Amino acid sequence: MAKAAKIATAARSPIFAGREFSADGAKIAVLAPSHRLALRAPEKSLAALSKALGLKLPASPKSSVTKGSRSALWLGPDEWLVIDDGGKDPLEDCARVKVLHSAVGVSHRNVGLSVTGPRAAETLNAGCPQDLSLAAFPVGACSRTILGKAEIVLLRNAEDSFRVECWRSFSDYVLAFLTDAATDAA
Amino acid sequence: MTESFRIAGRGRLSSRTARFSFDGKPYAGLSGDTLASALLANGVHLVGRSFKYHRPRGILSAGAEEPNALVSVERDAARKTPNVRATVQELYEGLSASSQNRWPSLAFDVGEVNDVVSPMFSAGFYYKTFMWPKAAWKSLYEPVIRSAAGLGVAPDLPDPDHYAARYAHCEVLVLGGGAAGIAAALAAAETGVRVVICDEQAELGGAMRYEAGAAIDGQDGWAWAQASVAKLAAMDNVTILPRTTAFGYYAQNFVGLAERVTEHLADPKGLPRERLWQVRARRVILATGAIERHMVFADNDRPGVMLASAARTYLNHYGVAVGRNVGVYTANDSAYAAALDLKKAGVGIAAIVDLRDNPAGPLVDEARSLGIDIHHGRGVVGVGGKLRVSSMTVQPKGGGAARTIPVDALLVSSGWTPSVHLFSQSRGKVVFDDATKRFLPGNYAQDCVSVGACNGTDSLSATLDQAWAAGAKAAKEAGGSVARGTKPKVESGENFSGGVLGAGPGAGADKTVKAFVDFQNDVTAKDIRLAVREGMRSIEHVKRFTTNGMATDQGKTSNMHGLAIAAETLGKDIPEVGLTTFRAPYTPVTFGTIVNHGRGPLFDPTRRTATHDWAQKHGAVFEDVGQWKRAWYFPKAGEDMHAAVNRECRTVRETAGLFDASTLGKIEVVGPDAAKFMELLYTNPWEKLEPGRCRYGIMLREDGFIYDDGVVGRLAPDRFHVTTTTGGAARVMNHMEDYLQTEFPQLNVWLTSVSEQWAVIAVQGPNSRKIIEPLVEDIDLSDEAMPHMSVREGKICGVPTRLFRMSFTGDRGFEVNVPADYGQAVWEALWAEGQKHGACAYGTEAMHVLRAEKGYIIVGQDTDGTVTPNDAGLDWAIGKKKTDFVGIRGLTRPDLVAPGRKQLVGLKTKDPKTVLEEGAQIVANPRQPIPMTMIGHVTSSYWSENCGRSIALALLAGGRERMGETLFVPMPEGPIEVEICSPVFFDEKGGRLNG
Repeated sequence: MAKAAKIATAARSPIFAGREFSADGAKIAVLAPSHRLALRAPEKSLAALSKALGLKLPASPKSSVTKGSRSALWLGPDEWLVIDDGGKDPLEDCARVKVLHSAVGVSHRNVGLSVTGPRAAETLNAGCPQDLSLAAFPVGACSRTILGKAEIVLLRNAEDSFRVECWRSFSDYVLAFLTDAATDAA
Repeated sequence: MTESFRIAGRGRLSSRTARFSFDGKPYAGLSGDTLASALLANGVHLVGRSFKYHRPRGILSAGAEEPNALVSVERDAARKTPNVRATVQELYEGLSASSQNRWPSLAFDVGEVNDVVSPMFSAGFYYKTFMWPKAAWKSLYEPVIRSAAGLGVAPDLPDPDHYAARYAHCEVLVLGGGAAGIAAALAAAETGVRVVICDEQAELGGAMRYEAGAAIDGQDGWAWAQASVAKLAAMDNVTILPRTTAFGYYAQNFVGLAERVTEHLADPKGLPRERLWQVRARRVILATGAIERHMVFADNDRPGVMLASAARTYLNHYGVAVGRNVGVYTANDSAYAAALDLKKAGVGIAAIVDLRDNPAGPLVDEARSLGIDIHHGRGVVGVGGKLRVSSMTVQPKGGGAARTIPVDALLVSSGWTPSVHLFSQSRGKVVFDDATKRFLPGNYAQDCVSVGACNGTDSLSATLDQAWAAGAKAAKEAGGSVARGTKPKVESGENFSGGVLGAGPGAGADKTVKAFVDFQNDVTAKDIRLAVREGMRSIEHVKRFTTNGMATDQGKTSNMHGLAIAAETLGKDIPEVGLTTFRAPYTPVTFGTIVNHGRGPLFDPTRRTATHDWAQKHGAVFEDVGQWKRAWYFPKAGEDMHAAVNRECRTVRETAGLFDASTLGKIEVVGPDAAKFMELLYTNPWEKLEPGRCRYGIMLREDGFIYDDGVVGRLAPDRFHVTTTTGGAARVMNHMEDYLQTEFPQLNVWLTSVSEQWAVIAVQGPNSRKIIEPLVEDIDLSDEAMPHMSVREGKICGVPTRLFRMSFTGDRGFEVNVPADYGQAVWEALWAEGQKHGACAYGTEAMHVLRAEKGYIIVGQDTDGTVTPNDAGLDWAIGKKKTDFVGIRGLTRPDLVAPGRKQLVGLKTKDPKTVLEEGAQIVANPRQPIPMTMIGHVTSSYWSENCGRSIALALLAGGRERMGETLFVPMPEGPIEVEICSPVFFDEKGGRLNG
């Protein structure tokens, strides 16, 4: 065993950090790293988990709850993706929760991208089959869906702003696809 | 060249000239022309040669149904599009088109000999003419047919254009932008719901393009259509897609549209060539119109023979007269309207030949009053001219004296076929309306409705009533409010009756003339009768035997004629013979549109690990493993693959090597019932595995065969870190989730994929511990504290790690898991430490060799879905006391426990330098006659630098009973002698795991 003080701390290399692309009406940007938690739990555990996480876990399909820098995205009847952009790890918040649940850290599994601008929905609709009208996919709506040949989680955080979450090794494809799509949507 | 057939003051085109060329000859047309209308304006009818007989062909139609006027359009060396319908291609400045299927020239074509020797090419000739001698098929017939077959020349350079795609949702989707579609869209749009309306033409308006008699809301039909489109365009909830063909109607109102974005532009300006729309609609309104049919008579394919509505379109919309002395042959009123329009524009009408005995009605009266000769009860039995029609021969239906009338164009109409293609694609059932002899929409299978001509509605006012009501109803059903607008008022419209199906006079069963039914595939009435005579009873058989309706136009003009002739020959009614199935696409769709964004790097995701850039910098050669790029080997200067792999294998065993194992699938199994779940999914026992320890697990399918394998670490009583093969990552997760949800839903356990959360760096070899030790804190790495097959959580390089002590090489080894963003930095730190010990980076090839030296299997290489744990020598991994796991009953199947199954063994070639070929078969006696009895096959084979010889793994019948036997691997150069041995070639006792 080595002494901690002598070991140089490994630097973090987020994939495509800061990469951006702008077309008329749509802008794509790779977001800074976030903390992420894959949370699974039965209904009876939700109160305790909500308390620990500091926000009420959403219970209806395709919905999310955002409080401060933390969002909880409903992905399934017992499944949430919790994203924290404020530097506080939701995995740690769940560590002391005794009720039945599964909390798995996936901060590095995903890469977040933003798609913003008046043509953001059209850009996504090049490869995402969901109805992204405000009526069907209002601000706060979220869904695990596809973009071309990649699985993504999509969150609408404003009328003309979406967050796209994909797995790390798919971010190259997703970024290139959105770039191609934004050019056409413009 | 002047446009000698353009009539001043007629048509709706601007006066802006567009120059173009056809077969190298320069012409001028007008902006807004199609290639067909521009050619006709210049008096050009001859535009191509037919598919089989190379007969001269002209322009039949003015729309998407065109079977004849197929040309090549060339923008540049890479942009050559064959089989473009001249009637659809819009003219642009500089357009360059050429005719097809002719050599050396359009007017003189050597292939025309096919027309003379046509008896050789009768229906079904493929199946008859080329049967004997058998040997000639491969050497003579097939090559000749292949070179002669096909229409047009495919481009030979990569397509430089790009294509786009868009998913869209709407409440009401209107397919077709004629008067019916426009009215339906107006009614729906007024309610505020989202409406999408598409039309294949450049401008919406449909039949209003030529119907001079239509007046709606105080305007002529065309003006009303344009005003209505402008109104729709101003509404936020409406999307208008001109130049867009609805080509496929799929399940649950999912409709494919192909939008031609730049085909009409001289300069595409970076826009995509085409865009695929995939639209999901709550309600679909089919307003697809009807298509006029030609008359079936001898030599009815001569250039200059044209559908009456087409001639009318060319006149009324494009201002072009299709001739100066035009004949008409019809059994339907609509051709009279064409004759009247032409006559009024100053074009001579030689005569109207009407098959009906007593044609009557206002159109007939008007024709008479204008002094047009009407020959009723007569048919056209032949035409004069070859490259252009020069006369028509008219004869009474029942026979008698024939009379030849000179013409320079011949307009034909045998009636209208409702376009039920998309309705039929929606799985709706058509029914035959005996009164009007047409198939109409019957039972609907989806939430759609047909309006107007495609629904058999003949009058314009009935059409608009129906369309308006349908639009309002569809919108209301889809959640819209009540329609507020006012229904368009039809002041006058056209209404046609009459029509005939099948062959006309002079083309009956007793005649051998070529009376074409299907122009594009050169199918004549005679061919269809022959098919019936040769035993074809179903229309589906007749279609395939004759190829009627099988060309790219899908028989839009020919199907009903073909069906009628078949029915007549069979002596049955049309509905008894049935209609062939309509299939997508309605009109041809380019591959570019289907593929759209998915070209080049976007064809498929390319997945790279966190150390990819490092590996690239260090000269790695990569191999594709599924979507992943994996470092295959790391050649140093002067090394070939062999030398590099040999060095890597040697170095790992001598000191250590670093290997990127990040692509392995990883699943975190969490919950109080995690161990119970693992017991059910894997053959091994897990309940007693202590936290902090690992086990090699095998997963079976229900049938007892190996599905996947991997090392599993227990992190806590309720938490397992499962690894899978790289290729198995997604399917193993699905397999587990499937069983959890459907078979074991009572278990409190959840699965989370963490494949991409963790970068995995394997450090393998005798010095592996020395390499990681200086970087690890708070984990005791001694053999006592952390034995082989254990896992610890702690820190490496100051970041969290799940550190596995495990080995896929047989030497002491670790697998360092770190959060993926730290993968590169931790790799570099380990690399720096490794350098102190002479360690190397190794790739997947060395990994394969090293594991084969130890007889470790790779699922999918040494197994193929028919291998049990026992076959693979892995019986030890089955929990003997277990009473249940997926595959436990499969394992007891009689054939899985029978003796003589193929078992995993090692092979040593007699000549140690000979490396066997993977996949090669094994036989007992190489001198037996072919086909030999094959008793096994080689699954893995390598040169092993560490063993100083070749090694191989094989699956061999009764293999474990054959240790020491000599068998043979027959190869083209002669059999290779091999000795059967244990699959463990290196360190059989396994001492090096702790060495």
